[in-house]
Amino acid sequence: MNRVTLLTLQLLVAVVAIALWHVLTTVPLFGTIVLPPFFFSTPEKVFGRIAKWIAEGSVWRHLAVTLTESLLAFVFGSLSGALVGFWFARRQTVAAVFDPYVKMMNALPRVVLAPIFALWLGLGIWSKVALGITLVFFVVFFNVYQGVKEASATLVDNARMLGMSERQLLRHVYWPSALSWMFSSLHTSVGFAVVGAVVGEYLGASAGLGYLIQQAEGVFDVAGVFAGMIELAAVVMLIDLVVGAIERRLLIWRPMSGAARE
Amino acid sequence: MQGLSSPPAAVDLKDVEVAFQLAAGGRYTAVERARLTVAAGEFVAVVGPTGCGKSTLLNVAAGLLRPAAGSVEIFGAPLAGLNRQAGYLFQADALFPWKTALENVALGREIAGMPKRMARERAQDWLGRVGLAAFAQRYPHMLSGGQRKRVGLAQVLIRDPAILLMDEPFGPLDAQTRQIMGNLLLELWSAARKAVVFVTHDLEEAIALADRVVIMSAGPSSRIIGDWRVPLARPRDIFEIRLDGAFHDLHREIWQVLKAEVVKSYAAA
Ligand SMILES: Nc1ncnc2c1ncn2[C@@H]1O[C@H](COP(=O)(O)OP(=O)(O)O)[C@@H](O)[C@H]1O
Ligand SMILES: [Mg+2]
Repeated sequence: MNRVTLLTLQLLVAVVAIALWHVLTTVPLFGTIVLPPFFFSTPEKVFGRIAKWIAEGSVWRHLAVTLTESLLAFVFGSLSGALVGFWFARRQTVAAVFDPYVKMMNALPRVVLAPIFALWLGLGIWSKVALGITLVFFVVFFNVYQGVKEASATLVDNARMLGMSERQLLRHVYWPSALSWMFSSLHTSVGFAVVGAVVGEYLGASAGLGYLIQQAEGVFDVAGVFAGMIELAAVVMLIDLVVGAIERRLLIWRPMSGAARE
Repeated sequence: MQGLSSPPAAVDLKDVEVAFQLAAGGRYTAVERARLTVAAGEFVAVVGPTGCGKSTLLNVAAGLLRPAAGSVEIFGAPLAGLNRQAGYLFQADALFPWKTALENVALGREIAGMPKRMARERAQDWLGRVGLAAFAQRYPHMLSGGQRKRVGLAQVLIRDPAILLMDEPFGPLDAQTRQIMGNLLLELWSAARKAVVFVTHDLEEAIALADRVVIMSAGPSSRIIGDWRVPLARPRDIFEIRLDGAFHDLHREIWQVLKAEVVKSYAAA
């Protein structure tokens, strides 16, 4: 299937879904409207709302807040996850000592931490960043840990026979191996950064897309909720495209990266 | 006859014993009382049934594995730690997948402190010698198996080691590629004679390439049970040499011994 047909079909799915939504919420079938607009809104209202937000410019502020929170959570979460993962993988005693605690913290649903972070860090962006970090950290941590531990034994032997010191081994073997694992989890960790931000906003904030959705829900403004969700989905998709491009660039040495995927 | 000042052997394994601690408990003695001497500049092929301990022996010579008993001397000095005079071409793929062919080859020089530009120039030169000048910017996964082995060879040889350890280097390649690689290896070796320990399970390949062929017995407690000098003139072309009468005689003679070991190793399995 070529690109144009694929894109056409993909668009068709959206058009059919929206058309169905429109028909079921406005045209009576056998005397009743199947999806009452009070609960399901209508496409006109939702897209009208988005257009209004964009025209007013209010949406940009919320978007900027959510993106900032996501970015900070991603950067701090990735950095700390990579460093700790690296450290644990190279120091097996440390890993053994902390193992039960890592498992415990990872098993904890992070949502329950949101109120605590709000208490500690206030309702501003930092409580959301903290929530995002707790999510991103573990994804990156486990990947880097695995990556370093599984750096092929033959590769390490070869490196040592080529004359590498312990430090050069870190730089030329363990670190690239860890990074490649980290990059391969980029989609997941970026996604989690956004989830952290939005969930945090939803549970208590004064700005951000999560806040926008929560506000709309509070007054049964279904159009507002859907508009916020669509906005959020669009942003996440955009981020995912950027991440995909970065990933292709960084993992160029990998078989199957680039053309073969997607 | 050589005088008292005869130079020490490049590799001298003296009654080496290697035992592995098994995860299930107990010990497995892979190699016992193995003796192998390789003179400087000499090409020795080690042949034996799979699992007999060929890789184990090479790892001992490389200093990656410490023998439980016996000793290893490199140019007359006891080996402590890694063998810094040896280059090792591993049985498995060991190129760094995140580095291009050029970077892979240059690495051995760069980490030894050679300026990057100079190291890369040398690496390009070496890639040319193994016939891959045009493939410098490729990553390992974009190369064929034979090309990867060539890059590996260049990666090892750029450091100019006095000893070259090769573990079934052409094992996974098809028959034609193996012969081409064999000729390439002989060409490079005759330009700069290193002591070579070449492990293979292919007796024909061993005879075609080496000055000496040694046979290992089937494991456990494998030893070196035979040692033949190959009476074939150099330079050799390994396409042609298989037609030589002396080649066939020697092949038949060694095969008598090797066959018994191969049968044993299958019976044990
Ligand atoms: N780490 C290990 N632990 C236990 N047994 C091993 C280990 N490495 C190798 N062996 C055993 O030692 C024997 C020799 O192995 P190896 O030297 O790899 O054989 P090959 O001649 O095929 O290269 C084999 O029987 C193998 O199962
Ligand atoms: Mg082997």
